[in-house]
Parts: sequence; C-alpha cells; structure tokens
Amino acid sequence: MAKTPETAKKAPSKAASKPAKAKTAKAGDAKSGGAKGKSAAPAETPSRKVAAGVGTAPGVDAQALGGELAELRRRQPRFRGLEAGHRACQGCGEALGARLVMEAAGPDVMVANATGCLEVFTTPWPQSAWRVPWIHSLFENAAAVASGMEAALKARGHRTKVMAFGGDGSTFDIGFQALSGMLERTHNVLYVCFDNEAYMNTGIQRSSSTPHAAATTTSPAGSQRMGKRHLKKDLLQIIAAHHVPYAASASVAYAADLRRKVRRAIEIEGPTFLLLHVPCPLGWGHDGAKTIEIARLAVQTGLFPVVELERNELAGVMPIRQPRPVSDYLKLQNRFRHLFGNDHRARQEREHLQALADHNIATYHLLGEEPDPLDTEGADTVRRGGLIA
Amino acid sequence: MLKALEGSQALARAVALCRPGVVAAYPITPQTHIVENISKLVADGEMGCELVSVESEFSAASVVLGAAAAGARAYTASSSQGIMLMSEVLYNMAGLRIPAVITCANRSVGAPLNIWNDQADSMAIRDSGCIQLYCADNQEGVDSTIQAFRIAEATELPVMVCVDGFVLTHTLEPIDLPSQTKVDRFLPEFDFARRLDPKAPKSFGTLVDPGWFTEVRHSHHRAMQKALPVIEEIDAAYEKAIGRAAGGLLKTHGPKGAKTAVLALGSVVSTLRQGLNDGLAKTPVKIIQLRCFRPFPTEALIEAVDGVDDLIVLERAFSPGLGGIVGTEVTAALAHLKKRPRIHNFAVGLGGRDVPVELLPELIAATRGTTPEPFRIFDVELDKLPAEDR
Repeated sequence: MAKTPETAKKAPSKAASKPAKAKTAKAGDAKSGGAKGKSAAPAETPSRKVAAGVGTAPGVDAQALGGELAELRRRQPRFRGLEAGHRACQGCGEALGARLVMEAAGPDVMVANATGCLEVFTTPWPQSAWRVPWIHSLFENAAAVASGMEAALKARGHRTKVMAFGGDGSTFDIGFQALSGMLERTHNVLYVCFDNEAYMNTGIQRSSSTPHAAATTTSPAGSQRMGKRHLKKDLLQIIAAHHVPYAASASVAYAADLRRKVRRAIEIEGPTFLLLHVPCPLGWGHDGAKTIEIARLAVQTGLFPVVELERNELAGVMPIRQPRPVSDYLKLQNRFRHLFGNDHRARQEREHLQALADHNIATYHLLGEEPDPLDTEGADTVRRGGLIA
Repeated sequence: MLKALEGSQALARAVALCRPGVVAAYPITPQTHIVENISKLVADGEMGCELVSVESEFSAASVVLGAAAAGARAYTASSSQGIMLMSEVLYNMAGLRIPAVITCANRSVGAPLNIWNDQADSMAIRDSGCIQLYCADNQEGVDSTIQAFRIAEATELPVMVCVDGFVLTHTLEPIDLPSQTKVDRFLPEFDFARRLDPKAPKSFGTLVDPGWFTEVRHSHHRAMQKALPVIEEIDAAYEKAIGRAAGGLLKTHGPKGAKTAVLALGSVVSTLRQGLNDGLAKTPVKIIQLRCFRPFPTEALIEAVDGVDDLIVLERAFSPGLGGIVGTEVTAALAHLKKRPRIHNFAVGLGGRDVPVELLPELIAATRGTTPEPFRIFDVELDKLPAEDR
C-alpha cells in the first residue's frame, strides 16, 4: 500500500467564505493504493488480447471514462481494484474473494463498504489498498449509502457501477433492512456479501449466518450446548423473494465461476446480489493453507449450495458429481471439533448437518453428471492451494 | 411577492429552488408535509431530483451521505424518533465532512408518545458535529434552507435547519419565495472537491488509530469554529442577493439598553416578539434569538448580553437530571465575564404545550427576586401529579 502522508492536511488559517471552495482530502480519506504509481509506470502487458478481454468491464463506454482511466485499463491485463499489501490474516478467504471480485469488476466502479474485517484490514489511515473510489460509513448502511451513490450518479448522468460490500454480520443481521430497501427500490447496485459465517472482526461471535452446531465465542460448545442452536438463515432465498433480476451464491474456491458471476451481475441494470462463501482460518479454526480446500468441501458436501436465481427462479447450479460426506468438511475445522467427541449428541448433530446438506442437494438438484467444475479459466490457480493433490 | 403558504410547502419549494440532485426521506409527523410537497413537485416535473423513498430514517440519512459523497447536492427531512434513528449517520456524515442539508421539523422524543412540538430531538444530536440553525418563523425557514446549502458546501459540514413542528410546519404564513434566477446566482452548482470519482479514486472513512484520531477531532472542532464567520458572511451575501437577511448567528429585538433579556430558539421567539410589540412587558425587555446553536456563538452572545442584568433563557427541551441544555451552555459561555447577568433558566412548551403571548410578562414577574432561578419547567401543573412527584 502506498503511504500518502501529504493527505493529512493542516487546518487552513482563514475561514472558507466562498461556496464550493476546492479542498484537499480530509483526515479519514486516504488516497488510493497504487493507482498513481501504476499508471505512471504501467506493467508490461503480456498479451493485448488478454488486456482487452479481461481488463475491460462489460457494458461500459470507455470513451466516457476519460483518457487516464481507459489507458489504465488498456495496459493492465487484470485491473486490481484491491491492491496487495493490506493487513488481512494469512489465508483470509475474504481478502482473496474481494480481490477476485474487484478483478472481475474492473476500474469503473465505486464501492460502499460496511464496517468489518474487509474495511479494517484494507484502510488503516493513512494507507488504503483500494484503487477505486471507496467509502466506509457504518456497519448497517452499506446498501443505503450505495443507493445514494447510485442515485447521485443517475442525477449527474454518470454510468459508473456502484457496488456494496458487507460481511455476513452486516448483511444477514444489522444491515438487512437497508439491503431489503435497496433491492425493493431497484437501485442499480451489485451487493456482495462476504460470508464467513460469524462476526470475525469483533472476535468470532455468532451471526444468523453461522451454521448450525458451529462453535463461536457466543455460541460455545459445553456440557449443555453443541455450539449454535439455530439454523443458518437462508438469505439467498429471501433476497430472491424481492424478485431481483439476479441473485447468486459463489465460493472463493471457484474463481472462474465467481468472476463470471460478478461480470454477469455488473452487466445487469438493476439490483443484483452475490453471496460469496469465504473461509476464515482464524474463526473457523483451520490452517491458512487450507482455505481453498475447505471452501471447496463446503460446496462438494452440499452444505453451501452454489446456485443462480433470476427473478426468483432457479437459473443454474454448480453440480456435484460425487457428494462428499459432511464430516470431511467438518473435521478440518475447530469450530466443529465438539462434533467428533464420543458422544451421542455429537453423532446426532453430525447427522443433522448431513441431513441439511442432503436437503440442499435435493432442493437445488445439485447432483450432476457433468464433470466437476474445476473448469476453464483460473482453475490452475485454484488447484495450487486446493483439494487436488 | 408574498404568497400564503403552509410552512412545509414553503420549505419544499425552497428546497426545489436549490436544485438538489438527490432527496431521500421517510415519513414521520410533523415532517410529512415537506416530503409530500417535494414528491408532488417531482411528480409534476417542477423538480428534477432523484427522489429516494427509503425504508427508514436511518437509510434516508445514509442515502444522503452516499449521494453527497458521490457529488450530488442532497437533502432529507425528519422529526423526533426519526432524528434519533438518523443520529448514528449524522455523527458519521459530520465526521466524514460530507455537506448535506437536513430539515428537523422539531417534535418531542418519546416515551410517552407525543407528536407535538418541542426541541428534544435536535438537542439530542447537538454534539454530532452538524451545524444547527433554529428558525423563528417560516420566512426564516425558507431563507435558512437556501443558505444552508451554501453553508454546508462552503464548510463541508452537514447543516440541520430546525423548524418547530406544527407551530411552523403546519401554519400558513405570508411567504416571499425568491426567484429561481436569484437563487441560482446566490447558490452555485455543487462541486464537491473530494467526491467519489473513478478518475481520481479516494478512500473515505478509513480506520483511524489513536495516533490520528485526536487530530481529526481537532480539525472537526476547528471547522465548526471557522463556520461562525462563514454563517454570517453567507447571511450577508444572501441579503445582498435576495434583499433579506435571516439573522446571522443571533439577532436581538427590542430596546438596546434593556436590563432584562429573554434568550430563546425557534418559534417561541415569534411569540415573545408579539408580546413585546403588544406592550405586554411593563419594563424594557429585549429578545435574543439564538439562530445558530451549533457552532455556539459565544462572542456574539457576550456582545448581546452587554449591560443586561437579568437574562432569562427559555428552551423547549432539557436534560433530565441536569436541567436546561441551552441554559447550561449560556451560563458556561458567560462564566468568565467579570460582570455577567443573573441567569434564569426555564423550559416551556414541552410536547406541544401552548406557549401564549402572556408568557413574556409572567417570565419577567417570576424573575423579579434577587436570586436567580437555576432551572425549572415553567408551565408544569404540579397539582396534576401525585405528591411524591411534585
């Protein structure tokens, strides 16, 4: 991240007396990461074809963007809206997820980011890892702030795509109402929920996204409890019930699928939603090197169905050829360790979780004959840290 | 030209004259007529803004925050519980130094549920870092609203314009709305230098650690202090452009050399003025209207109370367990003066209780003793209460 101490401005000595007086940045606004440096010394483009294909966000008029931005996009095979060098933990699924989303989104976007890990680890003043306009206001209002940004762009005749980012706490719980409002009012915003299934930023407390039986600091396992007593909220179905044009789930283990979904959502003029499953090594209690493997197992067991819904109709699923037993997924994570004791309650809860996975497989018709979707673009990247030994 | 307009209708038209890009609002009594009128102006094509009808006041303020950050002039209005629900966003907007205008149609805060006027709502967020202007009548409401956009944009601070619910919002008054040409000349197009822009990406609202937080707060405090002369200059510029001032930081009515003064905010000032004009005060009294409550105009206040022996501070809210909010602040502001007036502090008109013109002589009579009245609710009817609550 680029350090930009010059943005820490001193108070001018005279009071501003004219309206709309030009100002430099206020403390709390950091200049974005490497945008300046990168455009001044652009990386060599390995292939012009790649540059045109991947670097250009669809549905955007490059002419209208101004020279610098179009040039930046042309020269970069993959524009990285979220730069490296931020302070996420090793193996953070959310950091990788955000990077992949930003790569697919391209440079002509603005982000409203809810309070949470992503906000905290990317913007310790005076640094910022963001190379696109980015704003953090509060925990529960990312969708409403994004609504305002979109309305402003409409009023000003601009077509930059607005995105809103939140964790599961801010999306499933505290910002749920604002999100519902944004969807109902059909703002042209892509909302991405980075779902790591608990309040990780405050120290692993349960949210309504925490899976059944997972232990967190506020749903610990003990002699009277087997972790969280309630089910994971089926947010995607609630979102789809707003009859939005596109709502999908995705996993950070399937990068190509994720990129495709981001591009698809961005092309749609209207409210779109992406539920992105992102393991948290710290909160889930697993080795940071196993993030992709665990994310992949969540999909292959059926515990996290990867599906697409258009106007509340199932439009696509990521098929599972041979479902893996849920215990393969559970046993790699400390949050489920209590389910492997020599105890009938533990066995019962494992069976319960297996039943939930089977239910997902049946409901979404996940069993498929097609080859496993370790497919196409980006599959190599996944394989390196992933399941395939 | 004077037109008989309902307060809310006049305010809606004043907002329209400022050509906002985005208006967001959620209905609450007594603010509703403002947003209903704006909605009609939009529906009739007389106002070209994006109207976002949100699902809560919390989102109304958040939409305004996002819209202004993205470079649009933005407006919202609310009251009472709505202001309370917005409060987290208002603090945030002020801390981010995002300019926007909020009308507070002042109403009590429950419980008990009460839809009528007092100023507990705007007083509750006095420490948010937003500028607060209080209007004595609807003409001031119109003028202050138009000025508020220019003040917000010059200072990069949110401005809350406070108008008493029902007393002003639902009352017809002869109002002069300035022409569009004059307003356009007074209020240039909003050009937010720090706006979110893909061509010059910035990060807003980053995590600020103890190494910087104090400095950011200091800058905010300085910005509020520096807003004091800006508010006066913009009022003067408005007078030049439109032909009428709205009162700067504070304004006084009545004889200059009066030994007794009554300080108040909002529509009570109009009532007191009427009492004064009707000759109800038997001794010379001047009325001090505190138009700007945040930033607090200490210097102007000191000047206004020069030569005053008895200063009666009236307010339509209080802090339970302490007493008057405005009274406490006025006392603090004058504390270091060698010769300072005796300060008598009363709350009146809570939850819409009528404030009659006869209040003025009653107040004066109540402060004729030699000891000052520290604080009491002036118009409380104790005989309604059980003995232990009196």
